[in-house]
Amino acid sequence: MTASATAHPEGPSAFPQAAALSFREATKVYDPAAEPAVDRLSLEVPAGEICVLVGPSGSGKTTAMRLVNRMIELTSGDILLDGVSVREREPAELRRHIGYAIQQIGLFPHRTVAENIATVPRLLGWPEDRIRARVEELLAIIDLDPEEMRHRYPAQLSGGQRQRVGVARAIAADPPLLLMDEPFGAIDPITRERLQNEFLRLQREIRKTVVFVTHDIDEAIKMGDRIAVLRAGGVLAQYAPPEQLLLAPADDFVADFVGADRGLKRLALERVRDVRLWHAPAVRAGAPAAAARDELERAEVGYALLVDDAGRPRGWLAPADLGGDAVPAGPGSPVLLIDRADTVRDALSRLLQEEVAYGVVVDDDGVLDGVLSIELIEDFLRAEGRRAAEAPVR
Amino acid sequence: MSLPLAALGEFGDAVQFLFQSRESQAGGAEVGGAQIWGLVLDHLRLSAVALLAAIAVAVPAGLVLGHTGRFGFLAINLSNVGRAVPTLALVAFLVAFLGVGFWNVTFALVLLAIPPILTNTYTGVRQVDPEMVDAARGQGMTGAQVLGRVELPLALPLLTDGVRISTVNVIATATLAPLAGASSLGDPIVSFGVYGDTGRLAGSLLVAALAIGADAGIAALRRALTPRGLRLTAST
Repeated sequence: MTASATAHPEGPSAFPQAAALSFREATKVYDPAAEPAVDRLSLEVPAGEICVLVGPSGSGKTTAMRLVNRMIELTSGDILLDGVSVREREPAELRRHIGYAIQQIGLFPHRTVAENIATVPRLLGWPEDRIRARVEELLAIIDLDPEEMRHRYPAQLSGGQRQRVGVARAIAADPPLLLMDEPFGAIDPITRERLQNEFLRLQREIRKTVVFVTHDIDEAIKMGDRIAVLRAGGVLAQYAPPEQLLLAPADDFVADFVGADRGLKRLALERVRDVRLWHAPAVRAGAPAAAARDELERAEVGYALLVDDAGRPRGWLAPADLGGDAVPAGPGSPVLLIDRADTVRDALSRLLQEEVAYGVVVDDDGVLDGVLSIELIEDFLRAEGRRAAEAPVR
Repeated sequence: MSLPLAALGEFGDAVQFLFQSRESQAGGAEVGGAQIWGLVLDHLRLSAVALLAAIAVAVPAGLVLGHTGRFGFLAINLSNVGRAVPTLALVAFLVAFLGVGFWNVTFALVLLAIPPILTNTYTGVRQVDPEMVDAARGQGMTGAQVLGRVELPLALPLLTDGVRISTVNVIATATLAPLAGASSLGDPIVSFGVYGDTGRLAGSLLVAALAIGADAGIAALRRALTPRGLRLTAST
């Protein structure tokens, strides 16, 4: 993969899929008497990863992002895109190869959705039919009906639709790097969550290198492959994957910033399948009850699970239910089903909400996998904490 | 035709003046009728030349000043000074440099027309959402592209308003032309001795009609020039 210094009108394949980004002591000083806006920032973003810049206001996160496409000029240090310094490229030309999405979106109100999306391809001089095809493709990707939306103006779109068009415009020319400044900031929480998920899904397909600025640590944890926490004066406090950040904050500032509830936040990153589950005896209707009673003696859970022929849990059976010769056909007490792929936080929340001691974990086919309890989640967190304490801290 | 018009008194007489020539007040030459329509053409030509020249100067200047954001105080202050100077005084002043005649008046009218167009163009560009300009630059537009593709279209409604104000001003003020030796609809207003009360009123009516007509015409033009996407914004 090499950085393309010129437009290649032949096709998107001429562009690198994703570029590695490297900050080298990048520094921005506005006023030599005051502290820098960005102070000797050094970090590497591997190609295809989302790097979130997060920090309180005045931490220089937006400035750091804008140094990359030269919307703000470096005072010293350098930023390399696939090994090539951004200083060596014409700002306008550089920017046409870097996607740019900002909080206020900045869609052009006098241009239609299609024209907005076509902005960069047009600047790059793509032929009209290729632009048209690309716009159609992007509208489909962002889930807007091309027939209906193509000729609409930004004023005719909802906030969420505008945001999607903003993202489509940013990736229109298939840039190897995407800069996003609080792209979901000015949107209601429900739509924001949906847009975040959509973007993550999109990112799994397009695999761009992304620099994502936010002040919201929850968004950072959700979106980031790596998170750079900046403190006032544009100093990098910690650069680590989200799990690492939550388990082992580098210092009090980071610990404070990620919040006292970082244990809970970690639960949002972990999946139920990663938790060691309890085994509950699975019994089928009509099977000998004696064997089930034996198994129940040795199990960690004091109840047996009635499963159907495919192994799907149907109900809880108490030891008293197994008093006869054969396992009864049910119905048993209702079970709370939890998907293996659910986050531990969602699972915990459901356990608390349903006021049950046990959740029954099933796989994609609904087949019994094991039993989850609040106690197990506690054990899981403690084990993780011990691992983190032993892990080297940067 | 003369009968119902006569019922309107002096007003009707003035209207009749527009369609029927008569001997001048001072005797000799015929005035009114076709003669006054010739003055309308003179008036329009004078106004159009002055306006086009003012647009040619003020629009590019306003666009560039608004785009760079520098010298804004200059644009606004120059305009305010321009508004404070009476055009009549300017005409007299210009006699020393341009003598009397068409160009003297034209130049004075250009100076009259520039301030509203300059100020409105400047303001039109400045009021474009900075985030929009940031987005345009961030996509890789050059300064000229930002100006031409984003700032100018979005400034057009205000810019046109400026032209509209100047147009009305110029058409009204072009009546001063005869004082500097150029012909316009000011003739019947200024030369009372030749046209009399009736001619004066007829001239005034015509100037008023031209100003109102131009105003309405440019208002329609503004609607046509306002980008569709913006009209939607305004209505929601």
